[in-house]
Amino acid sequence: MRSDHKLDPVLAADRARRNPGDVSSRSRPVLSTENLDADYGGPVVLDDLTASIPTGEITAIVGANASGKSTLLRALARLLKPARGVVYLDGADIHSQSTRSVAVQLGLLPQSPRAPEGVVVGDLVRRGRYPHQRLFDQWSKADERAVVRALELTGLSDVGDRPLDELSGGQRQRAWIAMALAQDTPVMLLDEPTTFLDIAHQVEMLDLLARLNRSENRTIVMVLHDLNQACRYASHLIALADGRIEAVGHPSEVVTAEMIERVFGLHVSVISCPVSGTPLCVPHTHCH
Amino acid sequence: MKFSAVKFSAVRIGPRTFRHHTLALPIALTLLLAVLVLSLRYGALRIDTGTVWNAVWDYDRSDHRQIVVRELRLPRTVIGVLAGACFAVAGALTQGVTRNPLGAPGILGVNAGAAFAVVTAIYTAGITSPAGYVWFAFIGALGATVLVYAVASAGSGGATPVKLALAGAIISALLGSWTAAVLLLDLETLDQARFWLAGSISGRGTEEAALLLPIIAVALLAALFMGRQVNALSLGEEVATGLGQRTSIVRAAAGACVVALAGSAVALAGPVAFIGLAVPHIVRSVVGPDYRWIILYSALLGPCLLLGADIIGRVVVSPSELQVGIVSAALGAPFLIYLVRSMKLAEL
Amino acid sequence: MNRTARLCSAAAAAVLGLAIVGLVVGDYPVPARSAIATAVWDRGGEFDFVINSLRFPRVTVAVLAGVCLAASGLLFQTLIDNPLVSPDIIGIDTGAAAVAVAILAIGLDARLLPYAAFAGALATAVLIFTLSWRRGFSGGRLVLVGIGINALLSAVITYMLVRFPVERVSAAARWQAGTLSASSWDDARTLAVALVVLLPVAFLLVRRLRIMQLGNDTAIALGMRLEQNRMAVIATGCGLAAIVVAVVGPLGFVALLVPHVARSLAGALTVGVLLLTALLGSVMLLSADLVAQRLFAPTVLPAGVVTAAMGGPYLLLVLRRFNRAV
Repeated sequence: MRSDHKLDPVLAADRARRNPGDVSSRSRPVLSTENLDADYGGPVVLDDLTASIPTGEITAIVGANASGKSTLLRALARLLKPARGVVYLDGADIHSQSTRSVAVQLGLLPQSPRAPEGVVVGDLVRRGRYPHQRLFDQWSKADERAVVRALELTGLSDVGDRPLDELSGGQRQRAWIAMALAQDTPVMLLDEPTTFLDIAHQVEMLDLLARLNRSENRTIVMVLHDLNQACRYASHLIALADGRIEAVGHPSEVVTAEMIERVFGLHVSVISCPVSGTPLCVPHTHCH
Repeated sequence: MKFSAVKFSAVRIGPRTFRHHTLALPIALTLLLAVLVLSLRYGALRIDTGTVWNAVWDYDRSDHRQIVVRELRLPRTVIGVLAGACFAVAGALTQGVTRNPLGAPGILGVNAGAAFAVVTAIYTAGITSPAGYVWFAFIGALGATVLVYAVASAGSGGATPVKLALAGAIISALLGSWTAAVLLLDLETLDQARFWLAGSISGRGTEEAALLLPIIAVALLAALFMGRQVNALSLGEEVATGLGQRTSIVRAAAGACVVALAGSAVALAGPVAFIGLAVPHIVRSVVGPDYRWIILYSALLGPCLLLGADIIGRVVVSPSELQVGIVSAALGAPFLIYLVRSMKLAEL
Repeated sequence: MNRTARLCSAAAAAVLGLAIVGLVVGDYPVPARSAIATAVWDRGGEFDFVINSLRFPRVTVAVLAGVCLAASGLLFQTLIDNPLVSPDIIGIDTGAAAVAVAILAIGLDARLLPYAAFAGALATAVLIFTLSWRRGFSGGRLVLVGIGINALLSAVITYMLVRFPVERVSAAARWQAGTLSASSWDDARTLAVALVVLLPVAFLLVRRLRIMQLGNDTAIALGMRLEQNRMAVIATGCGLAAIVVAVVGPLGFVALLVPHVARSLAGALTVGVLLLTALLGSVMLLSADLVAQRLFAPTVLPAGVVTAAMGGPYLLLVLRRFNRAV
C-alpha cells in the first residue's frame, strides 16, 4: 500500500493505472461468484456468471439497463438467492453462513433506502451497529467509537442531532453511508450511490468512497450508471451484457470502443481524460 | 386529442376487442334475463314461469301466487336491478378515475355513512318507514364518501389502494362505533334498524325507487357517456391534461355521479358491499381496459350479481332468508382477497 | 434527563392522577383521602365495596388494557410501516367479536367468552397472515387481506344479529362496544399475566424493529433474520390485542391513535417511545372510561364508544398534517 493520504481520486486511479494487471498487489478475493444463474421467476437475469472481487480495491459494475448489474450486486449481498451457482464470502457459500456473521463482513447501501419518519442522523447511524450487538448487550464503547468515526469520516459530526428529512440530498446519502460505515465491514456494496444527486454531490460522494477505500483499505463494490465515473474511480471494472460478463479488468485495459459497442450498443470514441488520464468515452451521435 | 387516448387503450386491447364486445352483449343480456326470471320464480314459494308471465303482463288478483310475484318479488327485483346497476357503475367510475383497483362504494365508506345516518334518523326523528330512510341514507353515504376520499388523498403519493382502503376502514369503524352507541342507547332502534343494517332488497316498496329514479336515471346516463373521459383520466392526471382534458371538471362530474349512484343504491338496498368492487373487475377481465365498455357492461352485470346473491340468500336457508348484504359479503370478501393476492407489490 | 424520559414521567404522573380521579369520582361520593386509603393500606371500612370491588379493579383494568392496546398498535404500525394500521382495523378484534357474539347469541355459558374470544382473535390473525403470504411478506397485502376478512366476519356478526332474538342480540351488541364497567380483579389478573409475558418481549423486539424499519434490503444487510422476527412481532402484537378483546371487548382506536401521539412527541422508535406509548395508552383508556362513566351519568356508555368518539376527530387532524406517502 502506498502511503498517500490525500483525498485525490486522480492519484488513486493513477496508482492503479501504473500497475495495470499487477495481480501481486491484489490479495486473494474475499468475495466471488461461481457459475451464478439468477432470475425473478421470468427470463434469466444472470447467466452462468463467474466473477471475483479484488480485495482492497474499488470495483465498478457497469452495463446497459436490465443487463443484470443490480442483480449481481444483490446476489453478492445475499439479498437474492441464486437459482444456481454459489457466492463465496471468505471461502464459504454466503448462504451457508449466518446472516449476522455475513453482516459483520459485508455492508450494503441499497439504491433508495427508506428512513423511518423523524429519525435523526445519529440514531440512523447507530442502527448500523446492530450486527455487533447481542440480545442483552449494552451499547458498548466500541459501538460509540464506530459511530463517532463514521460521522467524522462522512463530515456529519455537526448534524448528528438533526432529523434526516431536514438534510440536503447529498448529506442524506452520506448519512446512509455513515450507517454502513458504522457497521464496520471490510467490504461495502453500493447500488448506484450517485443517482438522484447533482453532479457536484456525485463527485463528493465518489471522492468519499475513494477516500474510504484508501485510508481504511475497504473493498468497495458499486453499481454505476456513468461509465466515465466508473473509469475514473474504479480500479476494477465488471461490464455486463445480458447477464454475462462482457469485459473485466482495469478500466484502462478493458475500456475500448469495441467493448462499449458490445456492452451498450453505442458507437463511441475512447479518449484519455484530460484531468485524470483515465479512459473517457465520447458518444457519436447522428446529430453531428 | 381525446381521440388518441381512446386509440391508445384500443391498441392495448388488440384485435380481439371488437369480437369480444359484440359477443359479450347477447351473453350479458341473456344472463340478466335469466336472473330476472329466477328472481321472480324462486323464494319460499316456487312459482312456474307461466304464472310469473301472467303476473307481470296479465295480472289476476285472485291468484295468490300472482300476488306474491306482483307485490313482493317484482318490487324486490326492480330494486335489485337498480341497486346492482348503481353499485357496479359507481365502482367502475371510481376505479377508473382514481386509478385504484380497490375503488368501490363499500371501500369508500358509503355503507357505514348511510347506516350511521339511518340509525340516527330512526333514533332522533323516530322515522320508521323505509321511504323515510332514503334521504338520510343518501346524505350519509355522500358525507362518508367525501370524507374518505379527502382523507385518503391527503399527503404525498395520493390515494394509493392501501391508503384508500385504510381511510375507508377507519372512517367506517368510527361511524360504526357511533352507530353502535346509538343502538345501545335504545333497544327499539336496534330492533328496527338491524334488518336495514343487514342489507336487504326485500320488503321495500317501490315508492323509494320512484323517489330516486330520476337521480339514478340521470347519473347512469351521464356515466355511460363518460367512458371516453374516464379512459383518458385512467392514464393519469398528467397524461389526461396533456391530451387536452380539463381533468378537474371530469373528476368533479364523475365524483358527482359516483356519489349519486352509490347513495341511491345504498338507500335502496341498505349496506351491500363488494358488488361495486367485484363487477368492474370481472367485466374488465372480459372486455379489456376500455371504460366505455366497462361502464356499460357493469350496468348490465351488476344487477345479475346482486340478484344472484339475493336468490342464493333466499334458497340456502329456505324457508328463512339470508339478507343480500350478508351473502354478497360472504362472496365478495374472498374475491377481494383473491384480487389483493394477484396484485403486484408495486400496485399496493 | 432527556426529552423522552421527561415525557414518560409526565405520562406516568397523568396515569396516577387519572387513576385517583377514577377511584374518587362516581355515583357514590367518596372523599379522595379515604378512597386512596381504602385502596392501598386500609382495606375494609365504609368504602371497601365501592372502591375495592368496583372502582379499583376497573381502574386497574383500564391501565393494563391501555398498555396492551397501545403497545400492540405500535408493534403493528412499525412492522407494516403504515401509521393507519392497527389490530382492530385489520380484523383481529372482529374475529374475537364474531366468536363472542356467537356465544352470547346462541346463549352458551358466558364464562367461555374470554377464552373463545382469545382463540377467535388468534385464529383470525393466523388466517390473515396465511392468506397474505404470497412469495413472501407484504405489509400492504396484510392490511388489505385483513380488511377483507374484517368485512367477512362483520357479515357473520350481522347475520347473527338478525337471526337471533333482540334480547340476546342486545347483550352481544353491548359486549361488542367494549365496556369496562363490569371489570373484576380476575380480569385485571389475566391482563397482568399477559403483560408480564408479552411486554418484555415487546421491549426486546424494539431493537429489531428499528432495523426492520430501514427496509428489507438494509435489514438483511445488517444481519436481520427477517422472517423469524416478523413472526415474533405479529405474534406479540396479536397476543396483546387479543387478550384485551377477550377480557374487555373490542376497544377501537386506542391501538391506532396512541402510537401516533407518542411518535409525534418523542420521534423515531426507541425503547423510550414504546414506554411512552404504553403509558399514554393507559391515559387514553382511563380518561375514556371516566367520560363513559360520567358523561350521561347514571347511564354508563361503553368505553369503546368514547375511545372512538375521541379518536375520530384527532385522527382526521393527524391525517390532514400527514405529508408522507403511506
